[in-house]
Amino acid sequence: MEYNSKTTYAKRKYIIAFIAAAVVVVYILQLFYLQILSPEYREFADSNAFLRKTLYPARGSIYDRNGNLLVYNQPTYDVMMVVREMNKFDTLDFCNTLNIDKATYLKLEADMKDRRKNPGYSSYTPQLFMSQLTVEQYGLLQEKLYKFPGIYVQNRTRRQYKYPNMGVILGYIAEVDKNVLDADPYYVRGDYIGKSGIESSHEADLRGEKGVEIWLRDARGRLQGRYKDGAEDKAPVSGRDLTLSIDIDLQAYGEYLMQNKIGSIVMIEPQTGEIVCIVSSPSYDPALLTGKDFGSNYLSLERDPYKPLINRAVAGMYPPGSTFKPSQGAVFMKEGIITADTRYSCFHGYPPLGGHPACHSHASPLSVVPALATSCNSFFCYGLNAMLSNREKYADVNAAFDVWRNYLGKMGYGDRLGVDLPSEKKGFIPNSKFYTKVLKRKNWNAHNIISIAIGQGEILATPLQIANFAAVAANRGYYYVPHVVRERKGTALDTLYTRKHDSGISPSVFEIIVQGMANAVTGGTCRVANLLPEIEVCGKTGTAQNPHGDDHSLFMGFAPKNNPRVAIAVIVENGRFGASNAVPIGRLMLQKFFNDSIPETDKWLETRIVNTTILPHIYTRELSSAKTDSLRNKNN
Amino acid sequence: MYFNSKEITDKGQVDWLTVLMYVVFLILGWLSVYAASYDIENAVSWFDLSDRATMQLVWIGTSLMLAFALLKIDAGFYETYAFVFYLTGIFLLIVTCLVAPEINGSRSWLVVGPVRLQPAEFMKFIIALALAKVFSLYDFHLMQWKNLILTLSIIVFPAFLVVLQSETGTALVYLSFLLVLYREGLPGGILFVFIAAIVYFVFGLKFSDTQLGLFSLGEFITLILIILFTAVLVRNYVKRKEVVFMILGMPASVFLIAFLVSLFGITINWGLIALVALISVIVYLLLLFFSYRKRIYIYIVAFVIGSFAFLESTEYVFNDVLQPHQRIRIEVALGMKQDLQGAGYHVGQSKIAIGSGGFSGKGFLNGTQTKLKYVPEQDTDFIFCTIGEEAGFVGSSIVLILYLCFILRLIYLAERQTTTFGRVYGYGVVSVFLFHLMINIGMVIGLMPVIGIPLPFFSYGGSSLWGFTLLLFIFLRLDKSRRKE
Repeated sequence: MEYNSKTTYAKRKYIIAFIAAAVVVVYILQLFYLQILSPEYREFADSNAFLRKTLYPARGSIYDRNGNLLVYNQPTYDVMMVVREMNKFDTLDFCNTLNIDKATYLKLEADMKDRRKNPGYSSYTPQLFMSQLTVEQYGLLQEKLYKFPGIYVQNRTRRQYKYPNMGVILGYIAEVDKNVLDADPYYVRGDYIGKSGIESSHEADLRGEKGVEIWLRDARGRLQGRYKDGAEDKAPVSGRDLTLSIDIDLQAYGEYLMQNKIGSIVMIEPQTGEIVCIVSSPSYDPALLTGKDFGSNYLSLERDPYKPLINRAVAGMYPPGSTFKPSQGAVFMKEGIITADTRYSCFHGYPPLGGHPACHSHASPLSVVPALATSCNSFFCYGLNAMLSNREKYADVNAAFDVWRNYLGKMGYGDRLGVDLPSEKKGFIPNSKFYTKVLKRKNWNAHNIISIAIGQGEILATPLQIANFAAVAANRGYYYVPHVVRERKGTALDTLYTRKHDSGISPSVFEIIVQGMANAVTGGTCRVANLLPEIEVCGKTGTAQNPHGDDHSLFMGFAPKNNPRVAIAVIVENGRFGASNAVPIGRLMLQKFFNDSIPETDKWLETRIVNTTILPHIYTRELSSAKTDSLRNKNN
Repeated sequence: MYFNSKEITDKGQVDWLTVLMYVVFLILGWLSVYAASYDIENAVSWFDLSDRATMQLVWIGTSLMLAFALLKIDAGFYETYAFVFYLTGIFLLIVTCLVAPEINGSRSWLVVGPVRLQPAEFMKFIIALALAKVFSLYDFHLMQWKNLILTLSIIVFPAFLVVLQSETGTALVYLSFLLVLYREGLPGGILFVFIAAIVYFVFGLKFSDTQLGLFSLGEFITLILIILFTAVLVRNYVKRKEVVFMILGMPASVFLIAFLVSLFGITINWGLIALVALISVIVYLLLLFFSYRKRIYIYIVAFVIGSFAFLESTEYVFNDVLQPHQRIRIEVALGMKQDLQGAGYHVGQSKIAIGSGGFSGKGFLNGTQTKLKYVPEQDTDFIFCTIGEEAGFVGSSIVLILYLCFILRLIYLAERQTTTFGRVYGYGVVSVFLFHLMINIGMVIGLMPVIGIPLPFFSYGGSSLWGFTLLLFIFLRLDKSRRKE
């Protein structure tokens, strides 16, 4: 009996052996599938185990046209801690080295470990303990670093500014937002990108090219050493240095003059289109938007009712007022509507419309040169009417108007010029379709739209466009696209800025216009800007009606009359007559440009301008009442 | 010696081939643990007991001493005291249930001062001894109800106690002793039903998402499997070719007709068709039963209907009886879910590690996945990952084949035993090693659900290494003193 099952079921040993063999064969087949047939597991493994550590390039520095350093990078050092590695740590010595007391140390450590403040905290990876060490602190720490296991120093750079000027022109950098991340694969979370001004428009030049270091890491993210000892790494390429066409002294002086006033100053070198000065007032110190206080400073700038974050020079749109008249005269003469001798009469206003638009006292009738000098409204209204009702040249008013608009477009009005600054606005020059639509009929006439002849009505222009027109007049008919960057280290300027744009109006026409502008300075509305005998200035004032308050004060001009070196536009919002604020500022800016200093004789004017405050009253609700309101709302 | 009661002399030789394989396993196992716990940055100095590889060396040393001691103990000792061992083991398991602290979610460790032991590990050889003892009792027949219940109780009671300790994996290891019962005369039909149930479960769940008329695709496939299994049973037990032909032919013609009808653009309820096919088989078998009055037919009908009932209840069991984490483990193992971060993390990472090894592996200590601790439990349950990644297809196949040789050798040794006690114990050893191999490596390569049991001789850990050494060397000792025929 004892051997019964041994023999009876002896065959079952084969079945058991077969099961064992089958299991092993199936498993070997699965191994064959995993290890040989499926290459994707190797790729999975690589992405698991490699940490690609980005090496950030130095952002390009920015210089002014005379080689003064404006923006640069200052190395700062962050103290990083890997808590797991901090054994035998002499806290006292560490505190002394960093020049902090024990309480500060404990607070910083608690902040670092607090997951509400630092959601990414891990005791295995480097965590930020203290940011922005000075070079001296860094030097001290570096010497003793061997004593502090688990302490690392991370190099970072921070934008530094030599001058407290042109914040909105230079712009600032901040972490990229999601839109950019989605649109451009170059950026990853936490990268810095230029957000406004030159930092934004020249981002591609300034940022350089990121490098990469490949590390091995484990499942907890701890680094375990370099992959192939760095053979596959890539060094970062530094960003390009930029040289601006801005003269920082002139720029600073312009901001000084514009203090407590809203508006802008734009000065362009006509032969090149280089912008030597571009003031948007109020301005702010670019250093406000760097470092630890970025958040609070940004908020207060954004909440400032005078909106310092808007670059009014390119994004402010104003009726150009009388500064528009030279362009009108040029178009009419080019089209043969008037000649230099055509005279129109004026009786304190435009006679065909019963004395509207009104005009001031001057001799009558006038030809174009004195009309520009005295800024006669009637002359240009007559001219526009003569052009738009000319049925010998143009089939109808629409055709005539579109010819008119075309010339203005070629002089840089009504569309973006293409300056290398972000958020440039188009201004507005209507076309015939616009009026057909607005006036709801096809056969409208010049009298319906007469105020555009004097730069009012629907016409809007940016200070940059007005300055650009001054450059067109200075050049007697052409311009280069205005730009603030004159040199990119290691590469040429975009051809957009080196190509001549012709207005299609001949220099002989512009000579007559220029003569009118010269007379305005010597004996017309612009006498304050007269710098004779040294420099012959050509100019035109403007007093732009503004539905929201006092008239805007404008000045447009260039100097000297022959071989002009600079064109200028000044706008002081609510500054009333052009002659009262904009022209004096223009005079002082030209003095500064040509002489580098203000002569004693003009000091009184400088003092007067600097001490003038023209800020519109801002109606702001008291914060406390806002609070009770919202509380009340809540209780309801 | 005192225990020299029975027939035995110590003239036989230890089976040195098995001992050699054991030593090879220990060496390979230690290298794997060394590689798996090796730290790229700070390789620890030698003989630092905080280092896992050094500690494993201590376990290996003590295991070798244990093995030597076991060969010195008289063979009769085990047979005489089998029940004493068993009762002590059960006692320890009960004590463990009551006093064990929770360590890593399991309450299976007895902590006595500095020593931590897992009684469940040692219970494997104890159950094997107890089974061997029961089978060698005078006039023992497995297929008597009393004996069957006694035998099953010996296995199931400790399994129950171990489940209470949250060590489900070890409890399943005890169930592997069913293979011993099979060798000793448990009807093959029971094993067949057991396997059929697993197959139904797998297919029924894996394809339960697609609907085919009355049933899901899984149920449809399972219905066809039931018909095929029925045909196999009929072939084995009835041994009439025409019946096999009818059992396969009738459903085939039902499907053929349905297929032809579908060619005319009529939508077919395939689930209903499969049910009709199955019912035709049942009706046919019942007809045979009533005409021949043979009980085998009614057994087969019971199998068919039981299979169908089991199939219909799997979904309920799966959704309402199993715990969520168990459900997810099964779903991942069946390939229904690919969840690399959550529940499938273990298996996903271990497949990545093994797959990245390629044909010849990355070389000793060069595996990035296991070195960098992507694979959890990499020096215990998932130790095979390190072999797969660093030794590649070649190395891991060699380890598998070595295991197969080891198990085949154990079967050979078990069969050459002259006593029932030796043979039954031998098959107990075979079952335990085969089950561990099948579950552990199956889990690591993604063919089995994640059940945390170690790979014998490879996984880090003192209790399991001692447990396997005890299991194996008691058998070698029995083999050494077998009576020459």
